[in-house]
Amino acid sequence: MKKRSLIPILYIAFLMLPIYWLVAMSFKTTNEILSGFSLFPQTFTLENYITIFTDPTWYWGYINSIFYVTINTVLSVCVALPAAYAFSRYRFLGDKQLFFWLLTNRMAPAAVFALPFFQLYSSIGLFDTHLAVALAHTLFNVPLAVWILEGFMRGIPKELDETAYVDGYSFPRFFVTIFLPNIKAGVGVAAFFCFMFSWVEMLLAKTLTAVEAKPIAAVMTRTASSAGYELGLLAAAGTLTIIPGAIVIWFVRNYIARGFAMGRV
Amino acid sequence: MRTENQKAWFFVLPVLALVAFNALVPMMTVVNYSVQETFGNNQFFWEGLGWFEQILRSDRFQAALGRQFLFTFLILLIEVPLGIIVALSMPRKGFWVPVCLVLMALPMLIPWNVVGSMWNIFTLPKIGLLGYFLNDVLGINYDMTQQPLSAWITVIVMDVWHWTSLVVLLCYAGLVSIPDAYYQAAKIDGASPWSVFRYIQLPKMKTVLTIAVLLRFMDSFNIYTEPFVLTGGGPGNSTTLLSIDLVKIALGQFDLGPAAAMSLIYFAITLLVSWVFYTLMTKDDAQ
Repeated sequence: MKKRSLIPILYIAFLMLPIYWLVAMSFKTTNEILSGFSLFPQTFTLENYITIFTDPTWYWGYINSIFYVTINTVLSVCVALPAAYAFSRYRFLGDKQLFFWLLTNRMAPAAVFALPFFQLYSSIGLFDTHLAVALAHTLFNVPLAVWILEGFMRGIPKELDETAYVDGYSFPRFFVTIFLPNIKAGVGVAAFFCFMFSWVEMLLAKTLTAVEAKPIAAVMTRTASSAGYELGLLAAAGTLTIIPGAIVIWFVRNYIARGFAMGRV
Repeated sequence: MRTENQKAWFFVLPVLALVAFNALVPMMTVVNYSVQETFGNNQFFWEGLGWFEQILRSDRFQAALGRQFLFTFLILLIEVPLGIIVALSMPRKGFWVPVCLVLMALPMLIPWNVVGSMWNIFTLPKIGLLGYFLNDVLGINYDMTQQPLSAWITVIVMDVWHWTSLVVLLCYAGLVSIPDAYYQAAKIDGASPWSVFRYIQLPKMKTVLTIAVLLRFMDSFNIYTEPFVLTGGGPGNSTTLLSIDLVKIALGQFDLGPAAAMSLIYFAITLLVSWVFYTLMTKDDAQ
């Protein structure tokens, strides 16, 4: 038994090493980083974090990111719910083709869409808004949400729907008061995935914004180049981007394994 | 079973409208550019399939495509078996399970450019923990900014670090769904650990493994941000994968025609391979 638990421990240690280095770096001064190697911060400093929390260009980067991620998550889950219900309960003309077509959008390389998205959102006057990024991210988040929710809904027996209709429930009332509570876990997992992929995606978010809705990633690259690569500041900014994900993941920890399997086990 | 109902289309309409707006309009823009030549001033000339021919014949595209396939192949070769091994050795119940799951999922929730920066800081010679350890403690000559081989290894290890947990979590979800009775029966029959794996665990993991391979294929084939931030495609062109090359042509040189043709070829390859995985997967679902 002892030998078996060695593998996960080693694996987790491997995962934590670069994260430790990022966090350690964020508490060092630029001088210390460039002057040589040190395993722990020698002159412990909070200066990098203070810079971020006092400079509006920095902290607005975080607010912008959280803003469009939230819009995207709400939007994706809301439109995916009825569609997933249709796919899990009914057969209709072209359902299989439609489902695969939705998934193809998850397969498309973001690089393919960068330029046309820029032109599309510029032409309808949404360039550099949170809504533009949120809408662009629905391209891959909506298919994923439909896929996950469909998996969870399929596990709910059809008798539940039929009993509700016999009892005189209208469809909207049944859906909100009976069906939704039954797939709570699925909705949570779908929302988690939308949050995750919108939070980590950077190419489209950067292409579609300039000043007003600039995500934290764009702030990071600009500061990195203009201020002569301030590694400590970059590390502090990176460390702060880990926190929202860590918080969200703690909420879904009991569903995460099943969620990754798209409810298909 | 599912019932036949054409009104179900109304449920799908919101998704359809949203995704059509996001997918069809840009896709038509790309198709439009791919068959035309422009000299600026919004003047376009019909070019036919010329760009496609030029891209398919260019050494640059073939080299990037080769690197892309090699990268994705190595990623699948390392991450899938490693993921299975870690999932098999994880505890099934108890206090440590959620802790393990959360720690393992953490890398996947870090923005991709931060992943690139993090590995850059981690592997720089003199400054980074790994760079320092390899060069100054073990005496291995390692510098991912100068040596193509070092850069390749770093990009691969970074992706293993970033995404192996996806395979672990998927396999783990498959494993916990196996009832204890199966293991007890195997014990009574005196089955070896290998036959437990081969005849009980592997069949149960089949569906989730297909999902894992499908997702890992799609995402590693489309990878852009992490290697771009880490190496910028260098040294030279050694780690210039397809997406990096595409963005260079489209947004760097603004060669719209070739970039659009390349986009379509790129998308077609992704689609074709993904379709094969998808049909394999839904075939299992139907059974």
